[in-house]
Amino acid sequence: MNTAVNQDTCTEAQEQTRAAQYYVSPEVNIHETRDDYVLHAEMPGVNKDGLEITLEGNELTLVGRRQRGDLKVPALYREPSTADYRRVFELDPAIDAARIDAKIEQGVLTLHLPKSERVKPRKITVNE
Amino acid sequence: MSSLTRWQRPGLYAWPTVGQLFGLRDELDRLFESSFDDLASGSRLLNTWNPAVDLYEDKDNVIVKAEVPGLKKEEIQVSLHNGVLSISGERKSEEKVDGAETHRSERFVGRFHRTVILPSEVKGDQVNAQYKDGILTITLPKAEEAKPRQIQVNTN
Repeated sequence: MNTAVNQDTCTEAQEQTRAAQYYVSPEVNIHETRDDYVLHAEMPGVNKDGLEITLEGNELTLVGRRQRGDLKVPALYREPSTADYRRVFELDPAIDAARIDAKIEQGVLTLHLPKSERVKPRKITVNE
Repeated sequence: MSSLTRWQRPGLYAWPTVGQLFGLRDELDRLFESSFDDLASGSRLLNTWNPAVDLYEDKDNVIVKAEVPGLKKEEIQVSLHNGVLSISGERKSEEKVDGAETHRSERFVGRFHRTVILPSEVKGDQVNAQYKDGILTITLPKAEEAKPRQIQVNTN
């Protein structure tokens, strides 16, 4: 409710400085195939430079910082949250952390998390 | 929630008028909208995709920003008619890999449509729309008669 008052007095830049103190959780889709996991996270307003992906033990942290807006005028109406994005995932131990691959395109982060060779299901051929 | 009403300062009317009653109703609607936004970011409760929209105005332009991540520019339609800006489009579901197991599916798929009632007259033929980092920014230059103008005071 306070934001209603602030809408009238803050420029986009000011609001973003204030909002940078907390995070919102991005929406994600996660699919698993035989070879890998694929994660898509929605982070509109974030580009490659604002992305921070860290892996500690088996805890994967995604942080997306929005590009600071250049508009100096107050908003007449606002809906998007100006907060940055953050979400933590616990990784399947089967994931080969060294081969994780990330890209971001039009505000959607795509992570490929390949499974290590040794845990992939393997077919054993039976010799006669 | 598909239309957008201009936010007005409370107490803009000095005397109780019909306008104020409507203003109050808008205020209440808006309070509801914003608390639903916080809870469920958009009208997720209705399970449709309503991208968040920002509206700015300076002395030369009206600027509308919409969060529509992960689309191709061909998938976004923007149109202007009688002072109402419409933004629509569709997100196709991701290509499914055979045998893939879904662990989480939080992103919206399908169509969205938002309309914005513009706060002033604009030059419809000079509208510019840019799509970057999942944010669509539409800049609408104001019509000359909608721009603030300084009137010179003369004495004789």
